[in-house]
Amino acid sequence: MQVTGTVLTTRRVDAYHALTVVAPGIAERYRPGHFVSVAVGGAHSSMITRRAFSIHDVKPDYGGTVELVFSVRGPGTAWLGERRARDTLDLVGPLGRPFPLPRDPVHCVLVGAEYGSAVLFPVADQLIERGCRVDFVLGGASADRVFGAMRARRMAQTTTLTTEDGSLGLRGKVTDALPAVIADTRADVVYACAPMETLRAVTAVSMEFDIPVQVAVEEAMACGIGVCMTCVLPVIGDDGATRMVRACAEGPVFRGERVRFEDVGTIPFDALGAPGGGVRHVG
Amino acid sequence: MSVDMRTFLAHVELANPITTAAGCAASGRELAQFFDLHRLGALATRSITMAPRAGRPTPRMAETPSGMLNAVGLQGPGIDAFLERELPWLAQRGIRTIVSIGGGTVAEYSALARRLADAPGVTALEVNLSCPNIEDRGRVFAREGSAAAEVIASVRSIMRYDVPVVAKLAPDVADIVAVARACVDAGADALSMINNPLGMAIDTEALRPSLAAVTGGLSGPAILPLAVRCVWQVHAALPGVPLIGVGGVMTGKDAFQLILAGACAVGVGTALFHDPYACLRIERELEDLLRVRGFQRLADAVGLAHRPPGSAPRHLLVDSEESSP
Repeated sequence: MQVTGTVLTTRRVDAYHALTVVAPGIAERYRPGHFVSVAVGGAHSSMITRRAFSIHDVKPDYGGTVELVFSVRGPGTAWLGERRARDTLDLVGPLGRPFPLPRDPVHCVLVGAEYGSAVLFPVADQLIERGCRVDFVLGGASADRVFGAMRARRMAQTTTLTTEDGSLGLRGKVTDALPAVIADTRADVVYACAPMETLRAVTAVSMEFDIPVQVAVEEAMACGIGVCMTCVLPVIGDDGATRMVRACAEGPVFRGERVRFEDVGTIPFDALGAPGGGVRHVG
Repeated sequence: MSVDMRTFLAHVELANPITTAAGCAASGRELAQFFDLHRLGALATRSITMAPRAGRPTPRMAETPSGMLNAVGLQGPGIDAFLERELPWLAQRGIRTIVSIGGGTVAEYSALARRLADAPGVTALEVNLSCPNIEDRGRVFAREGSAAAEVIASVRSIMRYDVPVVAKLAPDVADIVAVARACVDAGADALSMINNPLGMAIDTEALRPSLAAVTGGLSGPAILPLAVRCVWQVHAALPGVPLIGVGGVMTGKDAFQLILAGACAVGVGTALFHDPYACLRIERELEDLLRVRGFQRLADAVGLAHRPPGSAPRHLLVDSEESSP
């Protein structure tokens, strides 16, 4: 649904911006993993594609608020970073397929890199509510790019932090620390949100331990509602066939082992409808 | 007083002139989450091909000033899955559906027309002529009148007489009127214009083209003036041919421009990416604009901007009582 939300608070969290927006209809329907799309640049903007953001937090205040976390990467996010309390925002959401959650109290490792970590906190809340054990592995390029370390420490059994420059926690990537965390916690499942390259490595580690991994992908989108067909990636379906599926409508959450990370950005030759391969019909 | 928004696409009546643009509403179900599709004049499907198509690699989209480039590459399920799942879903709900088709050869278009000829729920058939012609070194059918006419003549001969065949024209041609005339002579019942003109953007960080396919179709408000010009020229040359004006329509005022230039229906595409409710909003805005100007019927405004200079403005002819909103 489309909502004109009012910005309640804005804050800087290290290298990131966080916006809390009053959006009752969206907060009410939200489940962890959902995202929203935001129109940027105002009513007469020359920027016509919406920007997609995962939801970091949902609170019942003022009928329901959602919090978005993002980094300024272009003119659209720069405009969003300049919003102040009481400004209005055009939001559409909640969109996408949320994280599936286990019925049983299992051990879960939540892996986040950069601002991808933000989406994991509502997941952690729900997992803890279900009696699951939660452990975090959070990372980033430097200390100011590791999102949510304090909150993770408060809610999780253990929190492992990694930075590539060694300014916080272990030096390296989240996937360098992940095998030890999975082994120590006897994890049953991994939840991850991070840039595509990191998700690929997280999936590889999880597959080595033979445990399921749920990944939330970040793909460039124009619409967020499944009509523009620009956010596709190759994913293996239940029937074993690879299809180019939309990150916004069929995702953003996928089973990691189903995503062909090596082939993201290409059309694999065996994908359904691939040129020169796949299923061919003769007219 | 409400305005009579009914319009005719050849002999097919649409409740209002606002349609989705081909390729901008996926299968239709995506938009049905937001509003009742019956409120559209018609829904245009993505261009259906014979075989399923995976489309182009990503990145497929780049934002440009007041527009965007796309290179999706007609990703779609193919005619079999379309007839099995997507068209029946629309037909069962009685949603007016303009089925768009795309092919690489005249034979492929003909085969698609044969499959669709007996399918229930096809309100009109739109022929996407901006597909590379395999038999002509990959140059698109729409670039030349004779190639476009060959496709249209074949499709027209196969489709039932009561299903209008609409030719979708590209603006990247030397003389759009010539292509339009060739299509009409070949049997096209209506014309839709414009398809995306080709454009390109370069990523100055990566120092390479922004799109994996290098070039892509430019859409959005940036191309509205191009669409208005094409509709104007074709309506001036072929005033009796129904035109669907498409290209960069974001507001009711944009749609009104195309109507005044000669379109009897208006396709909304990229606006849907920005606002899922765009079609309803544009229809409402268009109706308000017409009412304020004293129009009782949409049909009275079609092509009105062509009237000779010095003739009285339309709204002065209307009784003042009727013109009050």
